[in-house]
Amino acid sequence: MEDKKKDNGVPSERLMNDGIFVKIKNRLSEKGASVKRKYGDFMAKPPHDKRSMLAEFLLNNAMYILIIGAIIAIAAMRPRFLSPASLINIISLTAAKLPIALGIGGAIVLTGTDISAGRAVGLTACIAASLLQMPNYLNKMFPELPPIPIPLVILAVMAVGALIGAVNGFFVARFKLHPFIVTLSTQLILFGVILLYLQIGDNGGQTLSGLDDSYLSFVTAPLFTVFGIAVPMYVLYSVIITAIMWVIWNKTAFGKNMFAVGANEEAARVSGVNVFRTIVLVFMLAGIMYGITGFIEGARIASIASYTGQNYESDAIAACVIGGVSFVGGTGKIGGIVIGVLLLQIIFVGLNFLSVDQNMLYIIKGLIILLACALDMRKYVAKR
Amino acid sequence: MEGICKSFPGVKALDGAKLTVKAGTVHALMGENGAGKSTLMKCLFGVYEKDAGRILLDGREVSFKNSREALDGGVAMVHQELNQALKLSVGDNLWLGRFPSVGRFVPLTSEKKIRRLTEELFDELGIKIKADTKMSELSVSKRQMVEIAKAVSYGAKIVVFDEPTSSLTAEEAEKLFEIIEMLKRRGCGIIYISHKMAEILRISDEVTVMRDGKHIATRAASELSTDEIIKLMVGRELGGRFPKKRRQPSGAKLEIKSLSGIGGVPKDVSFTLKEGEILGVAGLDGSGRTELLETIFGLSGRASGEIILDGKAVSNRTPRESIRSGFALLTEERRANGIFGILDIKENTTVSSLKKYSRRFLLNESGMRRDTEESIRKMRVKTPSQKTKIRALSGGNQQKVILGRWLLTEPEILLLDEPTRGIDVGAKYEIYELLEELRAAGKSIIAVSSEMEELFGISDRILVMSGGRAAGILETASADQEKIMALAAKYV
Repeated sequence: MEDKKKDNGVPSERLMNDGIFVKIKNRLSEKGASVKRKYGDFMAKPPHDKRSMLAEFLLNNAMYILIIGAIIAIAAMRPRFLSPASLINIISLTAAKLPIALGIGGAIVLTGTDISAGRAVGLTACIAASLLQMPNYLNKMFPELPPIPIPLVILAVMAVGALIGAVNGFFVARFKLHPFIVTLSTQLILFGVILLYLQIGDNGGQTLSGLDDSYLSFVTAPLFTVFGIAVPMYVLYSVIITAIMWVIWNKTAFGKNMFAVGANEEAARVSGVNVFRTIVLVFMLAGIMYGITGFIEGARIASIASYTGQNYESDAIAACVIGGVSFVGGTGKIGGIVIGVLLLQIIFVGLNFLSVDQNMLYIIKGLIILLACALDMRKYVAKR
Repeated sequence: MEGICKSFPGVKALDGAKLTVKAGTVHALMGENGAGKSTLMKCLFGVYEKDAGRILLDGREVSFKNSREALDGGVAMVHQELNQALKLSVGDNLWLGRFPSVGRFVPLTSEKKIRRLTEELFDELGIKIKADTKMSELSVSKRQMVEIAKAVSYGAKIVVFDEPTSSLTAEEAEKLFEIIEMLKRRGCGIIYISHKMAEILRISDEVTVMRDGKHIATRAASELSTDEIIKLMVGRELGGRFPKKRRQPSGAKLEIKSLSGIGGVPKDVSFTLKEGEILGVAGLDGSGRTELLETIFGLSGRASGEIILDGKAVSNRTPRESIRSGFALLTEERRANGIFGILDIKENTTVSSLKKYSRRFLLNESGMRRDTEESIRKMRVKTPSQKTKIRALSGGNQQKVILGRWLLTEPEILLLDEPTRGIDVGAKYEIYELLEELRAAGKSIIAVSSEMEELFGISDRILVMSGGRAAGILETASADQEKIMALAAKYV
């Protein structure tokens, strides 16, 4: 009914509001009904079923339950963990790490992965930093370079990212190589390129710093302040990017094709999906996300070295898996990735609050990925 | 097996099911898809844990936790979809998990012993396969024999066959029946699951029919007829087995001129398809029927030949081009290249027509929902909603969804590869009716089928393939099984 009105005439604002309201209401009642169907007759079940249903619920949401439990525990031990400053710190970190995870998410939906992501972030961060150093900075990599408009630099890093993605995607789609092996190779190549790039001119492999104020403030200037604590601009950028990615995944033919190829590549081919183009585009889109991450990281860290971006992909992959983007392919949600990145950052910040040894963090990260994957796989293997 | 019950959240899959198999007999287990046959078998093999009931083997209660335990206990299964390590040799597959070792204190696998044991076993069963052949080089029927040999080597007292002839030709099926006869003589009890009435009536001694997870009847096969079994299975009388033809084919629609595939199959195939015609395609396994459809559709490469639709040559180099020129291909392997199991019905329905819904960059969601609803209604898909994941549906309903997907692309020519494989009787009839409706609407259909009854029931003419070539085209009205078999053997 609502849809018809929209199709036929110019919708008045009132109708639009109604439309959205009805939509949300329908959505909620649908959700309610499905929850009811699943768990509603819980009390009526025999005790054996009750127990197994409860166990099922706990296991299916185990990752969330564990992490939320951890948050409560940390907050109990260190109340400052939930202070405004700490929360804004967590949100900022989440915003910074979100684009790369959104990119990798697409590769995982295709049953693949992308371990070149971290190095792609590193390279694009180097490029952005080298193009946007202060004009009078002594150790400038390109001393003769005039100030470049920021939008141009953003386009440049996105283009570099897209190129990296195109190479990855081409080898995956054309030669049917597993993305693991393709991106393993490209991440090595990219590291070499980063090292060579840092040798340009008189730089001699040094850290890139002395960034221009326009760049720093474009990324890190306060968007607004809460409780006297500034929320940086890149939180806004991250929100915009997430919204765009949500639209691409859910509302475009490309998004539908991506899920189709991930769910069953052969069936997609028979159904007339351009499998080659879809795969290449997914990796290119991922590359663009890495470029944006690199641009933001450049100003956020403000001193870029060869190791910048290293291991970023492992955090991003972990976030995707926690957020329900499964390696079985064809399944995953943008909202899940956001939650995944957020929960992971909460854990990292929390562990810092508990003064856990930095070296321990790697072990904990590894365990989180393993556990998340194992719990995720449980949902897809045949139930007994 | 007595009083077996099994519930899944929301469904009672088995409700007091029972099955008694006597030694040295073939016991057919029948029922529509979803009647609980597979669930019952999975309870037997411990894939599922039963909620209630007992399983007795030779009077002793047993409860297997997995198929390995069942195998050790003397209960074996020959699967519908064979689970074999295709890259390994026949011998390796047979003795997998219990490789003979060189000596008692030398824990190395003895290749020699594997070969000898395999040869002994095959000699005993009269199977002619070499022990060191790679599994992937064998035909489906030979692989099945290896599977049966494996069951025998475990000393199985009960052997379960799940749709064993679904991918066999008539001759291969004969061979299988001989082996089953031999197992019978050795005193094995055989549980035989199949949808094919003729073979059930031929080889089985007793028949148990299930419906909605319940035991309906157990009778001697000699007292039953096809119609009676169907009545028991469906719970009501079915009208005819095939719908009436509502239209005669008219002028030429599609012309295939000396079509050859890159792999050498098909080879120089020519025929004409009329408007509103159903052309059946018969032939043995490996005669190039599937390849013919795939080559027309551009899924397999074309070496030479022309495809002429409505007097104009079409290129059909990729499935995308073929869809654009008005073709649709319903594939044989529904799970491998038909459905997107993890996606919902709406996504499965609209995937081939996304262009239709693209408004510049974004998709028209409401249009997609409306058309999916329409497709569910027209195809009579039984589903709670269009958000249901397609893998939760029965085979018949999945097939209807895919047929709906193709109709949404508004094709002129439908290429159907075994359109009713693995689908129960009720759903089969519904699919036939849909095809008849399409024909009445002037669509032209090429349907590959291994079931003779189906070919005679729905087609106007039958093209017989043999060794990758077209052996001949028969008018269905004047064709019979012998003529088709004779043509099918022409180039073998």
